Amino acid sequence: MSSLRIFDIAASAMQAQNTRLNATASNLANVDSVASSADAAYRARVPMFRAVMDAAGVAGVETTEVADSRKPAEARYEPGHPMADEQGYIYAPAINTVEEMANMISASRSYQNAVDVMSTSRDLMLATLRLGRS
Amino acid sequence: MSHPLFGIHDTALQLQARRLELIAGNLANADTAGYRARDLDFRQALEAAAAGTSGSDAKTVYRTTDAALDGSGVDAAAEQAAFADAALRYEAALRFIEGRASSMMTAITGQ
Repeated sequence: MSSLRIFDIAASAMQAQNTRLNATASNLANVDSVASSADAAYRARVPMFRAVMDAAGVAGVETTEVADSRKPAEARYEPGHPMADEQGYIYAPAINTVEEMANMISASRSYQNAVDVMSTSRDLMLATLRLGRS
Repeated sequence: MSHPLFGIHDTALQLQARRLELIAGNLANADTAGYRARDLDFRQALEAAAAGTSGSDAKTVYRTTDAALDGSGVDAAAEQAAFADAALRYEAALRFIEGRASSMMTAITGQ
């Protein structure tokens, strides 16, 4: 039994949450990236997580993919816009900023949890290493 | 595996280390859809270890938490509490082992 496995688990969690934060940042940055067609519009990035179970039943986490949201782009009637199509519509990504902010807070909390797990484990390992020295 | 000098404590130490890993895994998967939180049945694991079978093969049990709206069956706050609990018990086992070892050292050196 490797006692350092717990660090791998916490690291996998930090990596996953980091991907999530990156996706959220990307979504928030592109909230006003309009396009001239629905297909060309930016789609919100959604990371997919999966538990990676090892033989002993301990699970880390991995990002399987960063998928595009299926929410269709919102057509907005702005005939004066330089990017408007013949009908006068521009297409804005269907991103809910409030949702993204909540997602960001959740991701940073989960990241913090992983950091706490790591630092507690580190303290325990150090205490174990010091066993019998005092 | 267990040494008579340390009694139950070295087994407890190993089991708590395993609990820490399981709970860390639960926390890591707090945002994974379809994941269910697991923990060790500590009493059963300790009894199994005392009976001579390896404690690390002990069965894990699912924590009964209703799945959240995001589809993950992990209550992050409960897992944090469980992690703190396991960490404390790990440290307690460590202290007991240390105590036994230092008593033995006193007996050996006679000081």
